[in-house]
Amino acid sequence: MSVALDTPHTYLESQARWHPAEAAFWLATLLPFWLFPDYLVLASQIAITALFALSLDLILGYAGIVSLGHAAFFGLGAYAAGIVSKYGWGEPISGLILGAIVAGIVGYISSVVVARFRHLALIMITLGMGLLLHEAANSMGWLTGGADGLQGVKIWPIFNTFRFDLYGYTAYTYSLIVLFLVFLVARRLTNSPFGLSLRGIRENSVRMPAVGAPSRAHIRKIYTIAAVMAGIAGALLAQTTETVSLEALGFQRSADVLVILILGGTGRLYGGLVGAVIFMIARDQFSGSTPQFWYFWIGALLILVVMFLPNGILGGIAKLTASWRERRGRA
Amino acid sequence: MIGPMIGVLFDGFAYGMLLFLLSVGLSVTLGMMNFVNLAHCAFAMLGGYVTVTLMNSFNWPFFATLPFAFLAAALVSIVFERLLYRRLYGASDLDQVLLTIGLAFVAVAVAAYVYGTIQQPVTMPGYLRGSVTIFGLTFGAYRLFLVGIALVVTLLLVGMLEYTRFGATVRAAVDNQRMARGLGINVDGAFALTFALGSGLAGLGGALAIEIVGLDPSFAFTYLIYVLIVVSVGGLGSIGGSFAAATLIGISDVAGKYYVPHLGAFLIYLVMVVLLMWRPAGLFGKR
Repeated sequence: MSVALDTPHTYLESQARWHPAEAAFWLATLLPFWLFPDYLVLASQIAITALFALSLDLILGYAGIVSLGHAAFFGLGAYAAGIVSKYGWGEPISGLILGAIVAGIVGYISSVVVARFRHLALIMITLGMGLLLHEAANSMGWLTGGADGLQGVKIWPIFNTFRFDLYGYTAYTYSLIVLFLVFLVARRLTNSPFGLSLRGIRENSVRMPAVGAPSRAHIRKIYTIAAVMAGIAGALLAQTTETVSLEALGFQRSADVLVILILGGTGRLYGGLVGAVIFMIARDQFSGSTPQFWYFWIGALLILVVMFLPNGILGGIAKLTASWRERRGRA
Repeated sequence: MIGPMIGVLFDGFAYGMLLFLLSVGLSVTLGMMNFVNLAHCAFAMLGGYVTVTLMNSFNWPFFATLPFAFLAAALVSIVFERLLYRRLYGASDLDQVLLTIGLAFVAVAVAAYVYGTIQQPVTMPGYLRGSVTIFGLTFGAYRLFLVGIALVVTLLLVGMLEYTRFGATVRAAVDNQRMARGLGINVDGAFALTFALGSGLAGLGGALAIEIVGLDPSFAFTYLIYVLIVVSVGGLGSIGGSFAAATLIGISDVAGKYYVPHLGAFLIYLVMVVLLMWRPAGLFGKR
């Protein structure tokens, strides 16, 4: 990138400028309303998954924290929003905020632990906390419905006007707006000095405190923020599908979102979104009645990406365009 | 009161021995190369399926299949080590986790394609089926056999690591890889052999596990979690640590399920998280 690096501020400003491709991407998210009106339910699930992948990107792609238990916060948000509506308060926006708060509180508590570890211990701690929550939800059947899932979730219309319909029209609009708003927050965060110091922590967490960026405090902040965003995603899923299953908390979901993010590319915000679109559409088309074979292709894809596309699809595209530009510049 | 308690302790110990066989290889290879191998239990599953196939399709006796379960897992693992793993030794944790999760996904899908998702039935030979009474206490014959095998394997492993040249090489590489290389030790070669040995033991563990926990394609992930718990609690590269951690986890799992069944596996995960917060490098880990 040939950006004039006069001061950190001009660098950050140049990063924060909207690229035409970004505008095109967000306009393209409106296409399903006209092109695929039968697939709006799927589109809303894609938007929710994209939001979840975006939250993981903040801690994995920017702060370099490998988490195998991120679904814990997704599930917490989902159960919080689902349970409050089951007991008579089905207002969606406040349900969403409640999901975010519950996930954020647990996220902050666990961030104190997470910030202290690296490498295998970190992977095991995140995995262990995810499994703990899964078992807790499983054994508290009176609250969560256990293995049968949470039944009887009733969501009121948004602003008392927009009813959740069978075709997913409201669901997709609602999820897309929430996704876009959260994306704006994430974009602002990553293009701030805070976001820059997170990248510094990813590269060298020991050296960052020496230049005035306390690694652990920053990790605690971003981990809590990511937990809040994952909680919002979970609450969205609970509200749009009007059910919560144990699977919302499971290891499989943590692994899936990791696959989605890696597939798209980490550390570039859009990676999770693009990954979610590809993953969810492919799963919808290919998995059918035998999900275990679908995982053969996921596994093969993961091996290929790690071996040949270390920065995911978006990283590959960026590399291609860079080499193309260079060749054109030379000619 | 005492009788059931000893029974639970013994069952937990036998289960812990199974976990030890499954996890000791991962502990040593992790300690040596810092390679996070989440496909370890896929090799264990391979061993299990080798035993099932040889017993059910070729009518081999149970004992004759065990060496082949070991060899198959060891040979397949060495092929993967040479082709894929070695390229990622210097890579980040994330890349290693992703590659090996990918391998485990593929292994699960292939197992489901070939054998279906049902539990594989095996019939143990008669002398392993009943129970044995010692001092008025009854023990399952198969569990006694399992404990015996695990103890023999432990003695062999410890003997090999402590008293052979190969063992000295492995210990040197675990303690300080760069120094070992500087002394002219072929760390990559030693690692490949250790890796094959560890995967072979996992394969043996997978074959022995069928009678206790059954075998279906989800084995590669269900027991991966237990194995990772044992490894991270025991400490990397420590056989004694793995042995102690496997015993602890095995007993607390069986006792937890016996005395407080509604908590399920909650107790195990709690034990792990608390132990790791107290000692991030594991009970016996040095780093």
